[in-house]
Amino acid sequence: MTPPVTTLAADDTVQKLKYYQKGTFTVGNRLVAEEQRTVQASQARSNALTCGHRACQGCGEALGARYAIDAAMRATNNNLIAVNATGCLEVFTTPYPETSWQLPWLHSLFGNAAAVATGVAAAMRVKKRPEVRVIAQGGDGGTTDIGFQCLSGMFERNDDVLYICYDNEGYMNTGVQRSSATPPTARTATTPALGAEPGNVFGTGKSVPKIAVAHNIPYVATATVADLHDLERKVTKAMSIHGARYIQINVPCPLGWGSASHDTIRLAQLAVECGLYPIFEAEHGKVTQVRKIRRQVPVQDYLKGQRRFAHLFKGGHEDPRIARLQAMCDANISEYGLVDTAGKEG
Amino acid sequence: MEHPFAITLDVGTSLINHTGSWRTLRPEYVHRLPPCNHACPAGEDIQGWLAFAESGDYEAAWRALTENNPLPAVMGRVCYHPCESACNRAVLDQAVGINSVERFLGDLAIKNGWRFAAPAAVSGKKVLVVGAGPSGLSAAYHLARLGHAVTVQEAGPAPGGMMRFGIPKYRLPRDVLDAEVKSIADLGVVFNYNAKVANIQQAMSDGGFDAAFLAVGAHIAKRAYIPAGEAAKVLDAVAVLRSMEGEEKPLLGRKVVIYGGGNTALDVARTAKRLGAEEAVIVYRRTRDRMPAHDFEVEEAIEEGVMMKWLSTIKNVEAGSITVEKMALDDKGFPQPTGEFEILLADSVVLALGQDVDLSLLQGVPGLDVKDGVVQVGANMMTGVAGIFAGGDMVPSERTVTVAVGHGKKAARHIDAWLRSGAYAPAPKHEIASADKLNTWYYGEAPKTLQPVLELARRTSTFEEVVKGLDEGNALYEARRCLSCGNCFECDNCYGVCPDNAVIKLGPGMGFEFNLDYCKGCGICAQECPCGAIQMVPEAM
Repeated sequence: MTPPVTTLAADDTVQKLKYYQKGTFTVGNRLVAEEQRTVQASQARSNALTCGHRACQGCGEALGARYAIDAAMRATNNNLIAVNATGCLEVFTTPYPETSWQLPWLHSLFGNAAAVATGVAAAMRVKKRPEVRVIAQGGDGGTTDIGFQCLSGMFERNDDVLYICYDNEGYMNTGVQRSSATPPTARTATTPALGAEPGNVFGTGKSVPKIAVAHNIPYVATATVADLHDLERKVTKAMSIHGARYIQINVPCPLGWGSASHDTIRLAQLAVECGLYPIFEAEHGKVTQVRKIRRQVPVQDYLKGQRRFAHLFKGGHEDPRIARLQAMCDANISEYGLVDTAGKEG
Repeated sequence: MEHPFAITLDVGTSLINHTGSWRTLRPEYVHRLPPCNHACPAGEDIQGWLAFAESGDYEAAWRALTENNPLPAVMGRVCYHPCESACNRAVLDQAVGINSVERFLGDLAIKNGWRFAAPAAVSGKKVLVVGAGPSGLSAAYHLARLGHAVTVQEAGPAPGGMMRFGIPKYRLPRDVLDAEVKSIADLGVVFNYNAKVANIQQAMSDGGFDAAFLAVGAHIAKRAYIPAGEAAKVLDAVAVLRSMEGEEKPLLGRKVVIYGGGNTALDVARTAKRLGAEEAVIVYRRTRDRMPAHDFEVEEAIEEGVMMKWLSTIKNVEAGSITVEKMALDDKGFPQPTGEFEILLADSVVLALGQDVDLSLLQGVPGLDVKDGVVQVGANMMTGVAGIFAGGDMVPSERTVTVAVGHGKKAARHIDAWLRSGAYAPAPKHEIASADKLNTWYYGEAPKTLQPVLELARRTSTFEEVVKGLDEGNALYEARRCLSCGNCFECDNCYGVCPDNAVIKLGPGMGFEFNLDYCKGCGICAQECPCGAIQMVPEAM
């Protein structure tokens, strides 16, 4: 008998659950103690982002935000203030005079959430409320493009803020324009599927997680709505650390990606399993842990469920640029060691 | 109320915004039929009892199991487990070892002395069961639990039928069988041995029985005409295996030839090896892939040194040798003679060519329909005669212990309904939870636990049980490999993955509910449900 193959990052809580063949990757598990289950499995979760919000059907960002903020609220015993950049998340949760947020929440401009959060943290320090922690959050547009200067400043000053970027790879709220997080070949309103090389071009964009690591801040992580255990563990860990922290969560967008509303988690999973979206964490400038690929898939499996990539398969022919996307996956796999070379998986 | 500059409305929660109005598809919790349950000839709710076992509540698991089958320790040894062939876990790694967990529960029940619950009310009706084989025992158990007074008349000296007089001890130790029969007797079932029923209608009127269930099995060996010399030793498999239960063990000699390709042929060959035969050769007229015997039994027999002679028929038997003719399969797959002959040394030849039913107790009963040597029954297991039901090997069916147990249960339910002047209507079956309904991502990798096997040297010299049981640790592990196909196991996925917080968790054991005021119908819950217990249905527009 071969021993069960460990596919997730070595972590005690994950390993303990491993024995329970039926609930290792699920949200909850009736066979284990409450404290070993996720925050989302609890009837007492705070539902920081509650019902009635106006996100599209199957919104990955709404899901990611509830996952992250619920975990942070539990970690801080509800002593939490959130600052929110302009973007989908702000628009769909707070059409005047309604709010879906069940915690103190401030709306900043599109580009200054990091700076406003720094100010809130400073105010708490002045008011001698060290137990109150601050989160800034925004989409990829408000983080990687418009808010980048304020974000970098927050990092280099090592301000006591956790910045969470919900990365849906474009400006979805304003009509699906390209951002510096949009992947090559993806169709957006500003990178139409026209011409010799339709969609977004290669050789542009940036990896803000890597840039954050380069600031040598205490904690940087990427996460995905497809792995709740990993996401909650990272948020909880981030809240146990003081100083500047950054978590970027991959959140599929059915509207902008042209995907079925029920495929949100499945696509997030495929983005990780093909290698295009590496999941790792880094402390003080060094990568300390990666989430291994569990069932490796070719990049086509990820691309096919999305209309923003439909032109790559037009007329039954595969666009040769798919090979370049696969090369990006392979580069990630080799850079982060996402697949065990022992050949157990894949 | 005073508002600050530029503010005109009070702050409110988004809960006033009922986003459920956007929905075109509505999620619904459903139950689907797990393929294991669907495949079980005894109609066990396998997934139901595994769910208790995986939480470590073995007594509850045993009670849930025995709602349908009173013989788990026997079944856990002799059943050919069609449930495992149907198990969806095979697409992930290997099927759940259902049979080994069943055996663990059965053995634990014997060890701990768990007893069946007495019937809630006594009906005042008397039922005669003829035959104490698996079918008769199952019927007696179910009838007793339904409140009827049951008497079992058995022609043989001990209970079990083919489980005792056909299945060798190395597959089913007799103390296990005795213990499970005793549990049934403890329910108040009366067993009479060496009590062959000669005439069923006479027996019913003599005893004042309101109904009868016939399960006499098929104990008469089929014969084939083979020219044989005077000193040739030709035996039949049924007699050989039966005599293993008596004082005098059969004398088979050093070289034994068994003729036939079923499980019985293998039982005889393996028994011959254990009795000290140097050679046990199975002669079968077709090829291995056409053999009716189960593959794992063929494997075990070959491991023990049983030899196989495919594509051969016996033409002649002399003292000390036989003549076989080689066969070739024609294009339809039927064996045809080739005219090539071969002589094999053989001290004895055992014919294992199938069995017939002894129908003498039904002589002269009007209205009874016998076709191809078996009694015809309706969908309710009743023969052409009102009040007389039949099951097991004596009716048309696959002849296995598990099928027989299923017949006993089914007949008992119909007899009960008939005695109460009603009709038993089984609940409609749900759609099958096939593998494509599952999201297997959420199940961890966990290969099947292999049952320990007795070492080979002892297998060919003793009648000790070949396959050993699981201990509690690995039985629990095995139970937890169940995927719970088609039925919610409270993994909280739907509750977790809803972007609209529109799933209400009701608490342990109570499941979940959709909050249709807010559910937008995105379908993530159905897509991410591991076990296929949610479906999306169109909303009426």
